[in-house]
Amino acid sequence: MTTTTVSPRALRRARRRQSFARSWASYRSQRTGVIGLVLLGAIVILALAAPILIDESALSVTRATGGRMAPPSAEYPLGTDETGRSILALTLWGSRLSLVIGLTATVVAIVIGTAVGVTSGHIGGWYGWIALRLSDWFMVLPSLVVAIALLAVLGRSMATTITVIALVSWPGTTRLVRAQTLTVQSRPYLERAKALGAGHWHQMTKHILPNVLPLVLASATLLVPSAILMESSLAWLGLGDPSVVSWGSILNRASENGAVSAHAWWYLLPPGLAILVVVLAFMMCGRALEAVFNPRLRGES
Amino acid sequence: MTERSLPADGASLEAPSAGRGRVSSGFGRYLFKHVSGAAVSLLLVLFSSFFIFRLIAGDPIDQLTKERPVSAEQRAAMRAELGLDRPLWQQFWDYIAGTLTMDLGESFQYRRPIFDLIVERLPATLLLSGTGMVLAVLLGFWIGTRSGWKQGSRFDKGHVATGLVLYSAPTFWLGMIVILIFARYLGLFPVNGMRSPSTPPDFWSQAVDIGHHLVLPVLTYTAVVYAGYLMIMRSSILDELGSDYLTTARAKGLRDDEVRQRHAVPNALLPTVTLVFLALGSVVNGSIVTETVFSWPGLGTLFVNSIFYPDRPVLQALFVLFSSSTILAVLCAEILYWFIDPRIRRS
Repeated sequence: MTTTTVSPRALRRARRRQSFARSWASYRSQRTGVIGLVLLGAIVILALAAPILIDESALSVTRATGGRMAPPSAEYPLGTDETGRSILALTLWGSRLSLVIGLTATVVAIVIGTAVGVTSGHIGGWYGWIALRLSDWFMVLPSLVVAIALLAVLGRSMATTITVIALVSWPGTTRLVRAQTLTVQSRPYLERAKALGAGHWHQMTKHILPNVLPLVLASATLLVPSAILMESSLAWLGLGDPSVVSWGSILNRASENGAVSAHAWWYLLPPGLAILVVVLAFMMCGRALEAVFNPRLRGES
Repeated sequence: MTERSLPADGASLEAPSAGRGRVSSGFGRYLFKHVSGAAVSLLLVLFSSFFIFRLIAGDPIDQLTKERPVSAEQRAAMRAELGLDRPLWQQFWDYIAGTLTMDLGESFQYRRPIFDLIVERLPATLLLSGTGMVLAVLLGFWIGTRSGWKQGSRFDKGHVATGLVLYSAPTFWLGMIVILIFARYLGLFPVNGMRSPSTPPDFWSQAVDIGHHLVLPVLTYTAVVYAGYLMIMRSSILDELGSDYLTTARAKGLRDDEVRQRHAVPNALLPTVTLVFLALGSVVNGSIVTETVFSWPGLGTLFVNSIFYPDRPVLQALFVLFSSSTILAVLCAEILYWFIDPRIRRS
């Protein structure tokens, strides 16, 4: 008797909870994925807690108290930069910007990529063909060249950096989503929905999108590290927002001020290792997620 | 993003042309389809470079005359000299015609034809990225094959972990660290550049000198890139692992090494060929950064140095050159695929 009284919404929620629990169990069984997740959690907490741990005034050039590129000491555990600021403070604060840019650019890229992928796969025709050609074209172009060219003419700011990274990152998602849309499209339940009079919007949002999203999540997790790497490369080349501190811009200052010839390893190691650890953590999570959601890989590793 | 995407274990490695390759009759049609596609892509590159550098970028005269008092007549003369006083469509036409006839204009910073600059710097770029890419492909494929074959072994885990860590390192940072350790602390290699001025001019001394300068950039470049090839080859081998023909080969009594090298590897190589060509975009990305770290006198360094001058004609020409070379590389991969994969011919 009780089963008949369950509302469709509650049923749906129960099913979602179940499938989430299944995915989580499958994710948890992968050691690298768990390590990546723990690392990421720690980094995010550090980035959020930066204002509590070290005051923002530590980033000010005029109020810096340390010596010029001084090696690590009790007062400055990771040494100082050419203006006497603590490298520890810079690296800690830099994490905020690197993460924000990486995540925002990924979200923008994923939204564009998913929208174009689902619509081009579902609607097809001329629109689908053009969308496919365009994403193929973007995919072939060397992303750093496009990003540099655009930033060189658009000017340096956080908004342009995010836009440019998103612009070179969306086609991968589009291809993935489009392929998945085409598979879902041919399943009987979509035919049923169509027979019951479902419109394009209903089909896309209620039937295709939920089936595509898990894969999108996995690919988004793998897009974040490449966005962070791209941001750091651009900032290192001097194309970052000049008014903020990111890991790439710290390394840009390091090379402009001759940290390498001054043997200032403490200036180079912390920001670079920070990039490496964050990228690695995202990659570990992304690969684990991919193994969870890609049926071909299930049961492996 | 083509720059960095690692396929997961056994992720699909379908050839990009597999879905599109439903050509009914012969090589001619296949060729025409892909060549025309590439031609459209190249035209798009020309359009977008004109759009980016002439329309979004604004008036180049402002850039050229910054911080100098210039009279209106002088400005008009400069505009006429650069052809900016003509209608936009005519400028566009001149630009297309100029690019097609290799007349790329003159560099603002060097006051020389850009074509000459490119010809002068191309060998250095080809030397660095060519050596680096060949090494990365060989190393990646060699380790990837053994890694995939013994999936889950200590060898596999160790190499996948090393590859992932190096892959996560920003290229420019790795370059700086490599310089710090091998050039600054140990003094084994030169810090940057391609030649020492003191080297005698005879061929062998020059070759040894360039080789000496080449070691660190190639090391950096290979370290970052090889992991991508490792993962590609590894997942391709994983795709083959359960195949019946491998069981047959073993049943014939072949040794494990023979089964791997003579049966699994040739089949696993097939899907990787296109991926190697498709990765040319990342070759360009990697060589721009590597060249800049090591002040290697190639096209990447020229590109980066032109950003802040700003030397728009050079940026524009190199944008077109880098983009069209990746498009042409993908075209080559598609043509090559016709010859190495009989399935395309049959479908």
